[in-house]
Amino acid sequence: MSEGLAFYAIFFAAIFTNNILLTNYLGMCSFLAVSREVDTSVGLGWAVVFVMTTTSVLNWLAYHFILIPLDLTYLRFVVFIVIIAAFVQIVEMIIERVSDKLYIALGIFLPLITVNCAILGVSLFMVIRDYTFVNSIFFGLGSGIGWMVAIIAMAGIRQKMARSRVPRALAGAGIALIIAGIMALAFMGFSGMLKIT
Amino acid sequence: MSPAVQILIGVGAISAITTILAVIMVIADATIGNYGEVKIRINEEKDIAVEGGRPLLSSLMEEKIFIPSACGGRGSCGLCKVKVTSDVGEHLPTELPWLSEDERKDNVRLSCQLKVKKDISIQIPEELFNVREFECEVASIVDLTYDIKEVILRLKEPPQMKFKAGQFIQFEVPEYELTSEPVYRAYSIASQPSRSGEIELEIRLVPNGICTTYVFEHLKVGDPVTINGPYGQFYLRDTDARVIFVAGGSGNAPIKSILYDMLEKGIRREAVYFFGARSLKDLFLADEMKELEGRLAGFSYVPCLSQPIPEDKWEGEAGRVTDVLDRMVGSGENTEAYLCGSPGMIEAVVEVLKKKGIPEEKIYYDKFA
Repeated sequence: MSEGLAFYAIFFAAIFTNNILLTNYLGMCSFLAVSREVDTSVGLGWAVVFVMTTTSVLNWLAYHFILIPLDLTYLRFVVFIVIIAAFVQIVEMIIERVSDKLYIALGIFLPLITVNCAILGVSLFMVIRDYTFVNSIFFGLGSGIGWMVAIIAMAGIRQKMARSRVPRALAGAGIALIIAGIMALAFMGFSGMLKIT
Repeated sequence: MSPAVQILIGVGAISAITTILAVIMVIADATIGNYGEVKIRINEEKDIAVEGGRPLLSSLMEEKIFIPSACGGRGSCGLCKVKVTSDVGEHLPTELPWLSEDERKDNVRLSCQLKVKKDISIQIPEELFNVREFECEVASIVDLTYDIKEVILRLKEPPQMKFKAGQFIQFEVPEYELTSEPVYRAYSIASQPSRSGEIELEIRLVPNGICTTYVFEHLKVGDPVTINGPYGQFYLRDTDARVIFVAGGSGNAPIKSILYDMLEKGIRREAVYFFGARSLKDLFLADEMKELEGRLAGFSYVPCLSQPIPEDKWEGEAGRVTDVLDRMVGSGENTEAYLCGSPGMIEAVVEVLKKKGIPEEKIYYDKFA
């Protein structure tokens, strides 16, 4: 049971031992598509951190105050997806209206992550593992940061790789997947520290 | 609780949640997303009013100003560049890969990515004002070879198109099995401008191509077709230099248009047309071109077959078009070249012509991308 776990344990576990991208392999599509440059992946990373944290809060509230009382937990997939999509859409509109700078830095990535499975994954893990409200916030935040760490590392490697000779058949997504696999192996090194299941 | 009640609660709850979210979205769209009416000032002379908050490309398209674009506004072709002269903020990361250093300094933007949120002024090439949408009807479809069809469209609304020989149009493929939304594909006009009431196209079958499959398998005489145009910088320059035309396959279309235009306007220049085909079954309109030699002084037609088969009994030039050019062109002094064909052919031909001493800026081409 996870109630025994402190929020900081969950937070660090979500970044390192249970990295949503490298141990669960969720959120791969935008990870592969936007990891060509460090600058853009930082932007996407922050957008993911923000959306993961806020949607895990919203979905926790929806789950505990709507779905459980009505005995509708089997509908959580649909409800979570709808909430994520609507929320991201509205946030994009607000950002676009309020600040050009913020829109350039964050806004344009938002449509990309509406359909990111890592976002839905975080909300689902949160209910499967029965987290408390506070733990969910830190789980969302940690997962987002973990995802950002992974994509920035990947972008750094791919930027360096631009100057190395990759076999033609593997160029692009092929080599990126292999690198993601090796990174996942490296992250397994953390797994002895602590484990959340 | 009986199962029926449970299902009703489930359906009711989902409906309620989605309705609430939808209402919030609608309210947000009407308040946060509402930029009111904004003005687009074009070339400091024309003002159009559009609904704010939408991409420049589609706002312009609604006003019947067509910026060439091949991807339909997804930011993946980089064609819909427009120079913006008022301040609209920094470039978006989605635009940067398509813009050169100079274009960034000049505030050239991708019109499909740039949203019009306040009054802006832009500059577009004058000739884009001529670009319009035309409702047409298929007048005839004729097989030129086993994989190339000649399609003649009769213009209905507007009934005439003003264009320069060599330019192209975009053909709108409606929704059908292969595409869930209308797509646009570019085709050169094969008819000359004097035939302004109709547009002749030469369309080559590309296996699984969205547009060519539509034309080959669905299009019938009498069908309505929508096109927009004309576009392009591929037209005969007004000089007296010798002209070399090189084309392969349906690349014949713009050259044919230019040749008939020369004939009708009395433009007499030394001109050679090299047409590359694989074997006799890929060669088309050769008789017509031969006949043109007699009517257009200074013009000669050189079909080249790269792989003639014995049954062809081919006595003309054999070998790839690049080899034939190499043999026949001589010095490239005072010469212009106009090429139309596949990217591979064009690159090879440009190499040969440069070797002959034709400067790159006098080699004009239309690549099928």
